[in-house]
Amino acid sequence: METFLQQLVNGISQGSAYALIALGYTMVYGVLKLINFAHSDVYMFGAFMGFYIANSSWFQATMGTSVLSGVVVLLGAMVLASMLGILIERFAYRPGRSPSPGTLAFWFGILGAGFGYLLGKTPGAVAAGVLAGIVVGVILEKWGVRPRAQSSSLKILIIAIGVSFFLENSGQQVFGADPKFFPQIIPTKVLNVAGLSLDSQKLTVLGVAIVLMVLLNVIVNYTKTGRAMRAVSFNLDAARLMGINTDRIIAFTFGLGSALAGAGGILVSLMYPKIDPLMGILPGLKAFVAAVLGGIGNITGAMFGGLIIGLAEVMAVGYGQSTYRDAIAFVILVLILLIKPTGIMGKGMVEKV
Amino acid sequence: MLELRDVSSGYGAIEALRGINLSVGRGEVVSLIGANGAGKSTTLRNITGLVPTTSGDVVFEGVRLNGIPTHQIVGMGISMVPEGRQIFANLSVAENLDLGAYLQKNKVENARQLELVFALFPRLEERRKQLGGTLSGGEQQMLAIGRALMARPRLLLLDEPSLGLAPILVHTILVAIDEINREGATILLVEQNANAALKHSHRGYVLETGSIVMEGPSERLAADPRVREAYLGER
Repeated sequence: METFLQQLVNGISQGSAYALIALGYTMVYGVLKLINFAHSDVYMFGAFMGFYIANSSWFQATMGTSVLSGVVVLLGAMVLASMLGILIERFAYRPGRSPSPGTLAFWFGILGAGFGYLLGKTPGAVAAGVLAGIVVGVILEKWGVRPRAQSSSLKILIIAIGVSFFLENSGQQVFGADPKFFPQIIPTKVLNVAGLSLDSQKLTVLGVAIVLMVLLNVIVNYTKTGRAMRAVSFNLDAARLMGINTDRIIAFTFGLGSALAGAGGILVSLMYPKIDPLMGILPGLKAFVAAVLGGIGNITGAMFGGLIIGLAEVMAVGYGQSTYRDAIAFVILVLILLIKPTGIMGKGMVEKV
Repeated sequence: MLELRDVSSGYGAIEALRGINLSVGRGEVVSLIGANGAGKSTTLRNITGLVPTTSGDVVFEGVRLNGIPTHQIVGMGISMVPEGRQIFANLSVAENLDLGAYLQKNKVENARQLELVFALFPRLEERRKQLGGTLSGGEQQMLAIGRALMARPRLLLLDEPSLGLAPILVHTILVAIDEINREGATILLVEQNANAALKHSHRGYVLETGSIVMEGPSERLAADPRVREAYLGER
């Protein structure tokens, strides 16, 4: 019985981290009907940003292991992750929906940076490459070369996969491919409550996740922007007719989801402090399963889905075999797709005529 | 107030409007009638920027609307009740109405406008806490119109407000449209129900396969033998 309760606590804190990531998938799906494959890499990015903040000389000089330092790392990672999410939306997905000026210049600039690095391997060569790329992009745009406007969901899905690869490989290039050790920013204590040993990390994860989810619910249900988000996810054209700037709401949704993924990155790194640029792939897939399990597009569903996946995983390790740890989420995916493809809380899609 | 000059518009390769000319004067109710697929809805969607103009000009109060995004056009004083109502079924009646006033910052004015909408459709006040999706068809139409009115539009575009409603409700909606017009809004009304539309408008246009084939005062159109045969079911 005690082992069971212990596993339950572990499962819930693991699950709440999955839930945070799953929320980003489900919200973006809600407004764009897109599975944002780059989301798992935003999670990775959040963990690395936390790592760099905690290892910065400024941080080490002023902070120790305290609650405050944990908050600083968390908020910093969330802000940076949300900025990355908004950038991805602005420069990768939005041009896929409707052509916007500056996109070609942006991507040619990045391409130029790569060529500059290959040719020169000096900062000057990279800068020259960026400049050349931007010039080419601007000239092409002047000639009327624009990304095609016809948005098909397949095209945007492929863009999402491309962005994911781009982030993973840039991560290996910039952060280094070898795993790093995430610093212990909050004091480790083990509390014994009624025979259960609860370590402070797991409790922190659980507490922070709950606070963030409550905040998210307030934003979505009780603010004007949240109402606009729900309107956009229900009917894009009708939302436009209300005077809602749908592009801005979509960007906001990406920012919000990415902030939660960044928080997830920090929280998981507190429990499992090994981070590397490909760390997002597996938790990302599991969180995606959690979103589908809860009913994709449904915020409450994503929270429950995350909890169920986390619990199932911990129970599989505790009572079965730890080799099945990563398989259990996919077993659940197969089951849910067979039994109730719309997920626990998902509503059947009604095609309106 | 609103002028369409030689406007062509369409979806990709399909041209739904072929150079139409249309004008709506301040304070008027203008109806646009025609069969299925004639381009009536496209005309309205084109005015609000949901379907791009391929050639010609759309001018509202002296400002060219071509290429301006929909949310800014709404901000300029044009509201549209879309075809099939398209209320937010997952939001309550009150939230739907609040969204209608999304761009209106003045809380006092919004509260007053809400009262006007409730006076027009008392049913909405009774059901303000209910989810939009639980309303009946007629109530949803009232909500769609009320939601559009919350933006305090100077020009209201209505797309088939009578579609799929019981005759008694059609009457309620049309009377409400008269009332909205009397309170100062200019109205462009798209209808398949030509009889009702011509009865409740000052002028009318007849649209056929993307071109305007007839125009004039509503009484004259209603009396025209061609209109009577094609749209009013007489021979």
